[in-house]
Amino acid sequence: MNENFHTVLLKRVEQHANPGLEAYRADGGYTGLRVALQLSPADVIEKVKQSGLRGRGGAGFPTGMKWSFLPKDHPGPIYLAVNADESEPGTFNNRVLMEKDPHQLLEGIAIACRAIGAKTAYIYLRYEYGRSYRTLQRAIDECYAAGILGPRVLDTEQSLDIRLHRGAGAYICGEETGLIESLEGKRAWPRIKPPFPAVEGLFRKPTIVNNVETIACVTHIFARGPEWFRSMGVAPDPSNPRDLGSYGPKLYGVSGHVERQGLFELPLGVTSRELIDRCGGIWKGRNVKAVIPGGLSTGFLTADEMDVPLDFSGPVKAGCLGLGTAGLIVIDDQTNIVDVLFNSSRFYAHESCGQCTPCREGTRWMEKILERFRNGEGTERDIDLLIEVSETMGIIPGTTICGLADGAAWPVKSALKKFRGDFVEYVRSGRRAPASRLALAH
Amino acid sequence: MTTQVPSTATLNGQEVALPEGESLNAIQLALRAGVEIPHYCWHPALSVVASCRMCLVEAGQIGQGGVLAMQPKLVPACQTPVKPGTVIVTNSEKVKAAQNQVLEFLLLNHPLDCPVCDQAGECKLQDFSFRYGRGYSRLKEPKVQKPDKDYIGDQITLFTDRCVMCTRCVRFTREISGTGELQVIQRGSHAEIDIFPGEPCDNKLAGNVVDICPVGALCSKDFLYKQRVWWLESKESVCPNCSTGCSIHVDQNENVVYRLKPRHNPQSQGHFMCDEGRFGFKYQGSPNRLKHPLVRGENGSQAPAIWDHALRSVRNGLQQIATSRPASLLGILSPWMTVEEAYLLASYLKSLSPEIRLALGPLRVEGEDDRYPKDVHGRAVEPTKFTIRAEKAPNVRGVEAVLRHFEGGVIPAEQLLPAVGTGEIEAVYFAGGDPDFADDADFAATLATAKFLIVQDILASPVSEAADYVLPGGTFMEKDGTFINHAGLAQAIRRAVRGPEEARPDGRILWELSGRTGLFHAANLRKEIAANVPELAALAVGDLGAFGVRTSIQLEGADDDRRSAAEVAAGVS
Repeated sequence: MNENFHTVLLKRVEQHANPGLEAYRADGGYTGLRVALQLSPADVIEKVKQSGLRGRGGAGFPTGMKWSFLPKDHPGPIYLAVNADESEPGTFNNRVLMEKDPHQLLEGIAIACRAIGAKTAYIYLRYEYGRSYRTLQRAIDECYAAGILGPRVLDTEQSLDIRLHRGAGAYICGEETGLIESLEGKRAWPRIKPPFPAVEGLFRKPTIVNNVETIACVTHIFARGPEWFRSMGVAPDPSNPRDLGSYGPKLYGVSGHVERQGLFELPLGVTSRELIDRCGGIWKGRNVKAVIPGGLSTGFLTADEMDVPLDFSGPVKAGCLGLGTAGLIVIDDQTNIVDVLFNSSRFYAHESCGQCTPCREGTRWMEKILERFRNGEGTERDIDLLIEVSETMGIIPGTTICGLADGAAWPVKSALKKFRGDFVEYVRSGRRAPASRLALAH
Repeated sequence: MTTQVPSTATLNGQEVALPEGESLNAIQLALRAGVEIPHYCWHPALSVVASCRMCLVEAGQIGQGGVLAMQPKLVPACQTPVKPGTVIVTNSEKVKAAQNQVLEFLLLNHPLDCPVCDQAGECKLQDFSFRYGRGYSRLKEPKVQKPDKDYIGDQITLFTDRCVMCTRCVRFTREISGTGELQVIQRGSHAEIDIFPGEPCDNKLAGNVVDICPVGALCSKDFLYKQRVWWLESKESVCPNCSTGCSIHVDQNENVVYRLKPRHNPQSQGHFMCDEGRFGFKYQGSPNRLKHPLVRGENGSQAPAIWDHALRSVRNGLQQIATSRPASLLGILSPWMTVEEAYLLASYLKSLSPEIRLALGPLRVEGEDDRYPKDVHGRAVEPTKFTIRAEKAPNVRGVEAVLRHFEGGVIPAEQLLPAVGTGEIEAVYFAGGDPDFADDADFAATLATAKFLIVQDILASPVSEAADYVLPGGTFMEKDGTFINHAGLAQAIRRAVRGPEEARPDGRILWELSGRTGLFHAANLRKEIAANVPELAALAVGDLGAFGVRTSIQLEGADDDRRSAAEVAAGVS
């Protein structure tokens, strides 16, 4: 499958190309920006709409539509905030793009800013990405020196500044309004909506927040045309009028119990089975037990669901929260899901911002209940309690300000539905988790 | 045909009319319909954060064509604006389940130390758990424990693990005082309220964070462990410490006042009060209180007397001077007197002789009006949300109105003091009430030289020591009456405790002095005042209610006052 696909986003990465501006230009870089600068902002947005691009950050919101939510004829300033706080466990797509080929991101930013009328763009980078920070800053400096950034972008009337902002290490800063608060110098407590950022965002001005990979896709849509982008992926399900289809190439990061973990660029709709095959199969000759399709919070696909297409709607049909970030975590059949969940719930309890009651208290409680099982003290009633707590925290659509509580509750709900036996095994055997597995918890 | 959007909103199937020109959220709508939607983080004077999730309700909207569309999920009522056609459901099984679950979450790590908690009895965790919660916790593991912080402020201590993280206190210091001392530290279930090291929460409005804390986390050091709140009896009153006239509760038990708390009054200050007022009532129990009528005897020293004797002697003395040299008698009316007291004294003295002069007693003015919120440099920021006024007296406007009526104008006592020094004025009836008037030592010293001096006051002072007659009066907590604030709002103070020993409410002293029959009764006297003093005609209602009555009083000088009046009208002062 997908034998004829040629990578685009990762093309230069795979060629070990020089990440510098000169080499990027020699490979045809910044031609997409020239195209965009000759179009009116409305036409730029229209092209992105035509391409069918949906956000790569996790929610899959149509990018062109998001841009068109900005208030009309706003006097400005309008901001673009690029979400590079990639902190969903199991996800490393953006990192590779920023470390190895930063200019395709910067070009995309310039195109997006042309579309939305922004003169300043912020890249909100997670603190731990030190190498990304250095390569991005070097690339930005090159662009200023070459007249791509600054008062006259490529000798046009357009001006653009890109500011690289390094976060201080919190998962919640990846939530778009948490990110905005953090950029403003405040605690990253997500805001209540409305108003949505497109109306009132950074510094209370209209703001578009897009993921790194989304913006990188924009670059290639302008270099190759929206038809190219739309030529791959999965068309909408005709029986579902709300399905917008899943077009374009997508980065899939695979980690966990496979022989060779890695990052793959493939058209949307590839299956877990194909990705595991590309990784050399499950490690140690074992079988697959489950796959988390897109970052920890999406839930589990079982071994029987390995052929679910990993597009924006496939995982949902299989009971997952969504495609998420397409950072797959593969779990072998020697693993008890309770142990996986304990690790994940520790993460969410650690990262809950503490603002909303159900999330602040519920994430920690879930961790404690899972610990009961692992200590051999869990009961059948605790299974019901866990179901109840997870449903209180994250009734989709959620009862909290942002999606963290939903994201924390969903894997628990998904596991209790698909792997209840693993809980029962802990309860019936009364055994404690082996010491080696306790080490899973940081 | 009912295909139109209705003009009302619907709450639990009951139609609720919407007020003109006022936007409500679902909590406020419910309140109007007599339904409680439990909430912690929402406070009417603070921004909406919708984080406690206690107020989740079902909400929907009747659109064009009369079709009702309910939102698929529960929404926070505080963040749900009510429009015509809005439908709110607060009593469905779904809502009850959510309330129950949020309360279980809130109590998971709460220490449940209610027996030793100051808030017990007036705690929203207790109340809402009782009404909406469950009887037991399913947490088996140890609770998260957090250290108590007695360093939050001079007057404030924090029981950290009782906190429900509603952040009302943080928002108060950011939005109302503007001083921003409080913040959240740590994250998730370890989140705590704290200060920046070495920057305690000691602003002049700091005490309010204790009031707005819905649980027992922030406590007042002054009140801590002094009383179980269910023994306290509360009286509606007015803070006398400046001319803002904050509406308050006076909380007492067995004749001891334990605390003052602000009482919401959209017509005066809004929701809050300042710490000067909040903690500035301790003189009520001072050992320095005047406790007995005193009469200077033949031997030249003051001796206790019974009231009847003292009043008869005072009356005789005043009548003698009024007959012989009325222009040498001066009545000084403190701006700390109630309207009723000022009226009784002024009308009595003028009935003895119209030539007796009346003056406004010492008015302490300290600096300039102190407006909040402040910016980081301590400068006031518009719009003003709270003002501590420079005029340190509760009833300047009311006493001035009485003086204008009886004297034709307002003469400050300081102007006439030289005449006391020269002997031109021989006799002075000094009615005080300001616990700190003697801070002006020159004033007190000159006044003490009067040949014939009657002092009606609450605390012993150089002036009372020089007096021929001392009539021990009552503090604002010991009497009924009316204070008129800077903007002309007349509010009632109500007797909460008895004065010490033989001290009497000033109204009763003056009532008996002027030979009136029957008993002093503030509401009845207000009607008499209204009939005689046109500026105070609004007092005709007698009962001023909880929020007071606006008078047509002449506001002097000023843009400042007019602006303040506008602020008051907007309910933001």
